Amino acid sequence: MDNTFLIDSRDLPFCKGCGHSSVAQMTEKALAKLGYHPLDVIMVTDIGCHGIIDKSLRTHTVHGLHGRSVAIAGGIAHGLGKKSGKKVIVFLGDGGATIGLQHILIAAHHNFPMTVVVHNNMLYGMTGGQPSEYTPDGFNTPTAPNRSSAGSLDIVQLAEAAGAGYVSRVAGIGDFSAEMAEAIAYEGFSLVEVMEICPSYGVKSNPGMKLRQLMDETGYLATKKVKTPIHADHPAYEGYNQSLISDKLLVEQLFTHRMTKPTVRILLAGSAGEGTQSAAEFLARVAMCNGLQASKKGHYPVTVGVGFSAAEVILSTGTIYYSGGTKPDFMLITSADGLDYARPHLAQAESSATVLIDESLPLPETKAKLIQLPLRAAAGVRNAAMMSIFRWADVSQLLDSQSFIDEYQRGKLAAKVPVETFSAK
Amino acid sequence: MTETITKPALIDGSRLITEACVQAGASVFVGYPITPANLLYSYANRRYQVMMAAPDEITTLQWMSGYAALGKIPVTATSFPGYALMVESINMAQMMELPMVIILVQRLGPATGTATAGANGDLNVIHGTISGGFQLPTFCISNFDDCWRLSAKAVHTAARLRTPVVLLTSKEMVMTQMSYDLSRLEDIEKVEIKGFEGENYLPYQANGSHVPAFLPVNQKLHQVRLTASTHNKAGILQNTTPEALDNTRRLKTKVDTGTEVVFDYDKQEGADALVIAFDITAQAAREAIVRMREKGTKAALLVLKTLFPIPEKYVQLASGYGKVVVAEENLDGQYRRLLFGPYHDHRIKGVNVMGRMVKPEEIMEAVESNG
Ligand code: SF4
Repeated sequence: MDNTFLIDSRDLPFCKGCGHSSVAQMTEKALAKLGYHPLDVIMVTDIGCHGIIDKSLRTHTVHGLHGRSVAIAGGIAHGLGKKSGKKVIVFLGDGGATIGLQHILIAAHHNFPMTVVVHNNMLYGMTGGQPSEYTPDGFNTPTAPNRSSAGSLDIVQLAEAAGAGYVSRVAGIGDFSAEMAEAIAYEGFSLVEVMEICPSYGVKSNPGMKLRQLMDETGYLATKKVKTPIHADHPAYEGYNQSLISDKLLVEQLFTHRMTKPTVRILLAGSAGEGTQSAAEFLARVAMCNGLQASKKGHYPVTVGVGFSAAEVILSTGTIYYSGGTKPDFMLITSADGLDYARPHLAQAESSATVLIDESLPLPETKAKLIQLPLRAAAGVRNAAMMSIFRWADVSQLLDSQSFIDEYQRGKLAAKVPVETFSAK
Repeated sequence: MTETITKPALIDGSRLITEACVQAGASVFVGYPITPANLLYSYANRRYQVMMAAPDEITTLQWMSGYAALGKIPVTATSFPGYALMVESINMAQMMELPMVIILVQRLGPATGTATAGANGDLNVIHGTISGGFQLPTFCISNFDDCWRLSAKAVHTAARLRTPVVLLTSKEMVMTQMSYDLSRLEDIEKVEIKGFEGENYLPYQANGSHVPAFLPVNQKLHQVRLTASTHNKAGILQNTTPEALDNTRRLKTKVDTGTEVVFDYDKQEGADALVIAFDITAQAAREAIVRMREKGTKAALLVLKTLFPIPEKYVQLASGYGKVVVAEENLDGQYRRLLFGPYHDHRIKGVNVMGRMVKPEEIMEAVESNG
């Protein structure tokens, strides 16, 4: 294989006089100067005129979606890491840099090892010359003549602000291979904006306009900034080899339950931040210690810290398939939010159901048997749900009372809130 | 029904899915926060060799594609709002033939809907993800056994067919904790993507199973070209040339012929009614079947696990019954209509609910009613 980046640097697919040809040729010269083998280079191109360079390259080529080239290249660059000996280069236009602006900022922020070359000819060429966010005021485009933008974005400044260690802007005329080589040689994220005028659309819409004059007038001046990137490298995480499935998850059956029917359903209804979900999980685990099968399903609004928090626990002597709630046998209501949540269940409840309700709450209309208890006051509101489980243990007598104490002692909460807190007064 | 449990644990489906994906050979997770897929994100943080926290859904799919171009199998977990933003990039990955697994945890839509309520509302979205009528292999989890087996199958299929695969599930399946016997977990084979060996590599030259041999972009023996545009075998953009169109057609053939058809069919001698269900609703259907049989109602059960490409087998099996009840947690039976047509015959009944799980009693009633 030939050792050049381009299959034939004189035969490029662009209109005559297009700056995209210069970018390709200068990149070839820079890579040769740096001694890269073409297959150590991964060229990622965007959609737009510049992207049709793909077929003229001897490197690996990746040609994806409009505006997303920097993002797919980011995945490749992150996967390769800094010392891979490979070079990821992205070619995109000002159109792609408009659509995918966030990807550029994020890649700069993460300091992905890659070089982004923005071909800025101040319009979308492939689609007929629409303005981009980089079209300066006063620069006409064929599809939006005399409708220039409110001034353009500066991708060099933006990338720098996002944390890039190397940014530069060059005029795409003459030999700018030294600038390209410097950017490509940079170890982390680098960005070069190459200014061009598209002969087919830009020149026609702005007769007589010269690139250097435009750069001066619009403030798009050649520049270069090198600094320490914002992103700091972290050591790789080594703990990933631990399986998520281990015997630590096993629940030992040391007790015997006293359930006489095949399933018992318990609804816990309380408020967020009052331990409802963990209390429900605790109950499911205790049931398993008693040789039952169990399921625990949570209900809560999206905001985690406010509103109701409810859980359905099913205890079963056999396999549980359906984990959804049908009429609960027990309801443990620990707060006003919980009472509101439980109302439909209370309304439908039969006389065989039992409700444990905090003594501060108004008594609801229900056929179920109501037992008022000090669930909130006795151990503080944060432990209201756990308190309701211990009281349920006394009332229902379905599980071995020692199993609650033992399982509680195994949990994290025991160190903070002693188990005696929950003993019947 | 009682089975002896030898290794009981209280566990959620997300844990099983994550571990199975990793054991099957996935090593990269790209995530962004979305309810109800959050548990998968948390477990991923502990278990994948590489975990990337992406800023948005488009970036997620693009970073995954970048990793896939290096020969890794990336995984993400999302819900409809995220999936919708991923669609163009999924098309890209499908066209580039990059392996990856997208875990879609369904929640109630449309739009942001109710993030904390489950649903089965995304069947048409998955069915129509790829422009042009192509399918993504889609496996749907019906219980904890599937969290393990189908997750591994999703990874294996992605690698074998070089394609994005959807692993479909919903809120209750990945968040509800249940007692589960860990001794049910079989060993999972770790898949490795084998690189092309030989001379003259063409990135889209397919073998007998319609799948081209892979080479990552970080080797230097052969040039690799990956492209999302219509292309020839060399990976060079083409207009609608016969070679390029053949290549595009192949993407359908490889998935249609290469996706394993997985389902559970529980026949009952003399039954004239068939219950069809998938996802969390399969659990309600299983319970309904047990209860109906206990009281002497005869009914068979078909739990669908491969949803796309739609297996013809399902229609064949259903044709043998006088009554077919399809239960789904969505407005009007999306999969039922995909399977039997929008105006199917009256033999086929739908049980559909929105905003909550289908109850076993509702399935029983549909089977037992005279309608
Ligand atoms: S249309 Fe403009 S940008 Fe596109 S190739 Fe021609 S000159 Fe270059």
